Amino acid sequence: MAILEVEHLSKNFERTEVLRDISFSLEKGKVLSIIGSSGSGKTTLLRCLNFLERPDGGSIRVNGETLFDINDPITTQEAEIRRKRLHFGLVFQSFNLFPQYMALGNVMLAKELLEKERPDYKSKKKEIHAQIEQEAKNLLDQMGLSDRMNNYPHQLSGGQCQRVAIARALALKPDILCFDEPTSALDPELTGEVLKVIQSLADQETTMIIVTHEMAFARDVSSQVIFMDDGCILEQGTPEDVFENPKEERTRQFLSRYTKG
Amino acid sequence: MDLIMEQFPIVFSALNVGFLQTLKLFFVTLLGAIPLGLVISFGSMSRFRPLSYITKIIVWIIRGTPLMIQLLIIFYFPGIVLGNNIWGGSESGRFLAASVAFIFNYACYFSEIYRGGIQGVPKGQEEAGLVLGMTRSQIFFKVTLLQMIKRIVPPMANEIITLVKDTSLARIIALQEIIWAGQAFLKGSQGIAGEIWPLFFTAVYYLIFSGILTVLLGRLEKKLDYFR
Repeated sequence: MAILEVEHLSKNFERTEVLRDISFSLEKGKVLSIIGSSGSGKTTLLRCLNFLERPDGGSIRVNGETLFDINDPITTQEAEIRRKRLHFGLVFQSFNLFPQYMALGNVMLAKELLEKERPDYKSKKKEIHAQIEQEAKNLLDQMGLSDRMNNYPHQLSGGQCQRVAIARALALKPDILCFDEPTSALDPELTGEVLKVIQSLADQETTMIIVTHEMAFARDVSSQVIFMDDGCILEQGTPEDVFENPKEERTRQFLSRYTKG
Repeated sequence: MDLIMEQFPIVFSALNVGFLQTLKLFFVTLLGAIPLGLVISFGSMSRFRPLSYITKIIVWIIRGTPLMIQLLIIFYFPGIVLGNNIWGGSESGRFLAASVAFIFNYACYFSEIYRGGIQGVPKGQEEAGLVLGMTRSQIFFKVTLLQMIKRIVPPMANEIITLVKDTSLARIIALQEIIWAGQAFLKGSQGIAGEIWPLFFTAVYYLIFSGILTVLLGRLEKKLDYFR
């Protein structure tokens, strides 16, 4: 069964339609890449999935549970929004690390605040804290940052910051991890180290949605590709379908810019 | 020289009394204006338009007119226009009137500094907190607040140093602060008249006090230097 089902999602800003009739589904453990030019609605789609924007139409289902359905008023209320957000993780283009916490603190903060709500938190404070810390250390280790745990974000390179941000998102064990142009703020060398980490997550069958301009990477890492244009899904399929045999003229035109260079 | 040595203890103790009043006004103003400024800044950032307009107009009036006029109006208005001098004629009444004027004036300046500090924290910080399942109050206290404090320390230090010297304006309603005490020896007081040196000595009080504050505020700024 699909872990994520999005149906007829739409979003308007004032009178501009930013998303129109977006429908797709994603299987557990698979990677979906979203490509398309700037302003085509890719980022807005991720923001809707993470409930940073409220969609104006359509529905979002995760593991069969309806998180949002415009026709079901109960699901569109703010009340459960925090819990719903936890199904998704989001890695930002500009990292958005918390500058006053060290790498380790960035990874631990949200989990600690969440665990405080457990009824048995007070009696097991120490064990819970130790466990969160151990998990955070393992994650940073996995990101190749074991010697950077006690550094503040400003002491890290862009690539290291982004890897901390990935660890921070993974710490909450989201069902689906979303990336919003994770390497657009990085130079080619640093881009490589971040893509390597994402590739290793894909190898471990982490369910991911990646908005990217790295076409070669998208082709290698994904099992499914969506090409968006002007708020619509113009084409979707396997990487072979979209990259080798695009049906639409607009897709060919878009991809030709990347293959020429 | 001998004369100065003779006058010195008299001047010193008079200036100390005046300086105590200066210090009192300084700390009372800070204590009142720091929280009131936050309330005013929330008012001016309010999404409820009428509230933000009214707040902005008040801030404009207070910042756009001299503190000296505000002191005079607050002190004399109740007595002359309302026929009821709520402040009374005593030194403590004048202190109360001066405190009200200073707190309100400085709160308006602080509110603009706070607004800059709050709006200067990138939106991405809040969004990062939200997608990590944090509540808005957790985000404010655990993420945004410290970044805001770091941003406002330098401009607040500036205002606080200015406040040290602005307290002398209270002498316009005859509050017996340190300049009032120093100037008394120019006019004649306790057998000393026509002496200018007590005023120089008064200036030294201000220099030392603002020097101490500069060091302390600089330390606070350094303390927050561990992150960017």
